[in-house]
Amino acid sequence: MKNPIYMDYNATCPARPAVIEAVSSAMATVGNPSSVHAQGRKARALVEEARVKVAALAGARARDVVFCSGGTEAANAVLRGAGAASLIISAIEHDSVRAAADVANVPVFILPVDESGVVSLSRLGELLADAPAPALVSVMYANNEMGAVQPIASIVELAKEHGAMVHSDAVQAAGKIPLDMAALGLDYMTLSAHKIGGPQGVGAVVLSPLAPLKALLVGGGQELGRRSGTENVAGVVGFGVAAIEALEHLADSESIEELRDSLEVQLRGHANDMVIVGGKAERLPNTSCIALPGVKGETQVMHFDLAGICVSSGSACSSGKVKSSHVLNAMGYAPEIAEASIRVSLGRETTETDIAAFVKAWKTLYDRTRGE
Amino acid sequence: MIKTPIYLDNQATTPLDPRVLDAMMPYLKEHFGNPHSSTHSFGWRAAAALDIAREQVAGLIGGPPEEVFFTSGATEANNMVIKGVMAQRGAERPKIICVATEHKCVLEAARYCQQAGYELEILPVSEVGFLDLSMLEAAVDDRTALVSIMAINNEIGVIHPLKVVGEIVKASGALFHTDAAQAFGKIPLDVEACQLDFVSISAHKIYGPKGVGALYKRAGDSRSLSPLFSGGGQEQGVRAGTQPPALVAGLGAAAEIAGAELDGEAVRTKQMMTSFKEKLFSALPELILNGDAEERWAGNLNISFPGLDGDLLLANTRDIAVSSGAACASAVSGPSYVLKAIGCTDRRAKSALRIGMGRFTTKEELDYAAEHIIAAVDGMGGLKP
Repeated sequence: MKNPIYMDYNATCPARPAVIEAVSSAMATVGNPSSVHAQGRKARALVEEARVKVAALAGARARDVVFCSGGTEAANAVLRGAGAASLIISAIEHDSVRAAADVANVPVFILPVDESGVVSLSRLGELLADAPAPALVSVMYANNEMGAVQPIASIVELAKEHGAMVHSDAVQAAGKIPLDMAALGLDYMTLSAHKIGGPQGVGAVVLSPLAPLKALLVGGGQELGRRSGTENVAGVVGFGVAAIEALEHLADSESIEELRDSLEVQLRGHANDMVIVGGKAERLPNTSCIALPGVKGETQVMHFDLAGICVSSGSACSSGKVKSSHVLNAMGYAPEIAEASIRVSLGRETTETDIAAFVKAWKTLYDRTRGE
Repeated sequence: MIKTPIYLDNQATTPLDPRVLDAMMPYLKEHFGNPHSSTHSFGWRAAAALDIAREQVAGLIGGPPEEVFFTSGATEANNMVIKGVMAQRGAERPKIICVATEHKCVLEAARYCQQAGYELEILPVSEVGFLDLSMLEAAVDDRTALVSIMAINNEIGVIHPLKVVGEIVKASGALFHTDAAQAFGKIPLDVEACQLDFVSISAHKIYGPKGVGALYKRAGDSRSLSPLFSGGGQEQGVRAGTQPPALVAGLGAAAEIAGAELDGEAVRTKQMMTSFKEKLFSALPELILNGDAEERWAGNLNISFPGLDGDLLLANTRDIAVSSGAACASAVSGPSYVLKAIGCTDRRAKSALRIGMGRFTTKEELDYAAEHIIAAVDGMGGLKP
């Protein structure tokens, strides 16, 4: 059987060949980066070199990069460790941010989005006026399910007027659009390696130089006391290589966007009752959330699986659960559309042939369900 | 010609076994899927890696696979248990008990809970590193939520009698946790025989990759722990976050290999270390062994060099990688709190070296290390008891 076509890059993506090489070579070195002997110092040097690279991707200082086990840990660390008296989170945040907010033991305010999936700045102003200070605003850089890019610069500006801190979950944006933490004035940014072609099991909290961070994991005092636990040396090295590759290949996003747009144009040309969720917003170049009213997302996913194409209905972590997406609900979509959507996410390995195969399979599904 | 530096710091971390790397590579390459993607075969393949490793880890501690949860390492597992149990049960049972020689992350997590208003009782140890069981018996009561006693000490190698401890702890209805970072895969562990509710496990101490570990959590009471990472509900909601299949496969393979070779390694380690120790002690009879001579993991040798400064001795034995204590405290000068806890004076504590042999240590390397340590001591003017 032919290899399936992978169109679920927002769930995870294949590690870059240079990453695999760097990870396996780092695996062969022995040494705990906290040990002072030669092998320990060598491991330390590998970690610090990677820190510089991840800092470059984020637009921050190397010493402000705190490595951890991934995006979920990073989000939990920020939401619980920033010392905020209240949290303002967007209605379309990743489950890790939503769940961390639930257990943070401070009041949580939900910032709504409009029908294109973009947060309401006027509502943010009202919430900032009401929320106990200091508030932490958490708005993702770009959404994982439908790709809408959020107005982070305006959010930061507004938050600063009220003395609030801002966190942005940039797990999906990294490597797809430029990030510049310092220029934006963000207090916290969180990243995951495996969404940018790095290994699974590693991520980072990036801080502004003055942002507080009470450690979620305490112990040996690694990462300047901000995250204890022996560093995942090989994982961190892979993250660094992936970060540099992502920066160098950021221009690839244009061709990925062309593929995505071509896919959408072809579907639209075939069916005028399909919906591109978030299509009116500025979006990640690789993401398309497509609703086919009347056909359950799971049914569609099964159809594509039989056709040898991997897509998802919503985010991976909740893809086992049968419920409509909180993101599409927040955008005001009725259940018949919210439950009839799939997420197609492309990457650097996606080809025109893949797009053609997807479009063909989609048209077959459409014609069958419309009884043509 | 022997290859230097010689790595004798296997309690800090261990080299990756090439067989473990082989088990990991497919998941770094072709089977790269997100194990929580349930809609396609990339996800299923990755999820299978988790299932296999869960059985491999469970097999080594006598528990069912569904009670094994993967974490980023033992520090995370220890934080999860201590903070998670207190968040869940602290209102009814406000007390935590541990021993003074626990790993830093256990002590720090317990102190974190103490600052949050819970009670912490840190039990002293004897001059050879043993917990006083009658003191434990006196301390554990119906107000105790959790007792955390490490299986093998990371600095002095002392093995705690978990089976007896388990009987004392369970009689009070408290939950029983052990940090088995140094013990898992080295000595037999049985969650049933020891009545353990939680076991913290690390991969990189048993020739697996860094950045992965596991928590064994007994199923009985589903409310025994509130999670440290909240999110997508992975690992049955106990630990959110995308699981890394390559790392987890590495942990599983490392566990399987360690289990298969456990008995043979224990014998080999003991023979080699005994001969190494005899060499050192016959040349330098004033050396002092830290920790009990019998009930210890043979791969660990912690010795004080009376009259010498451990850091200076380290500097004079540069082609041997050993440590003067726990790795995470390496950058911090000052005597080890573990050695202080067994009653060492500052001078004796600061004169100590931890020498840790492992699976890949050879007799030639140990001979070389012994000669060089003895020569370095002579060069520094000998021991001054």
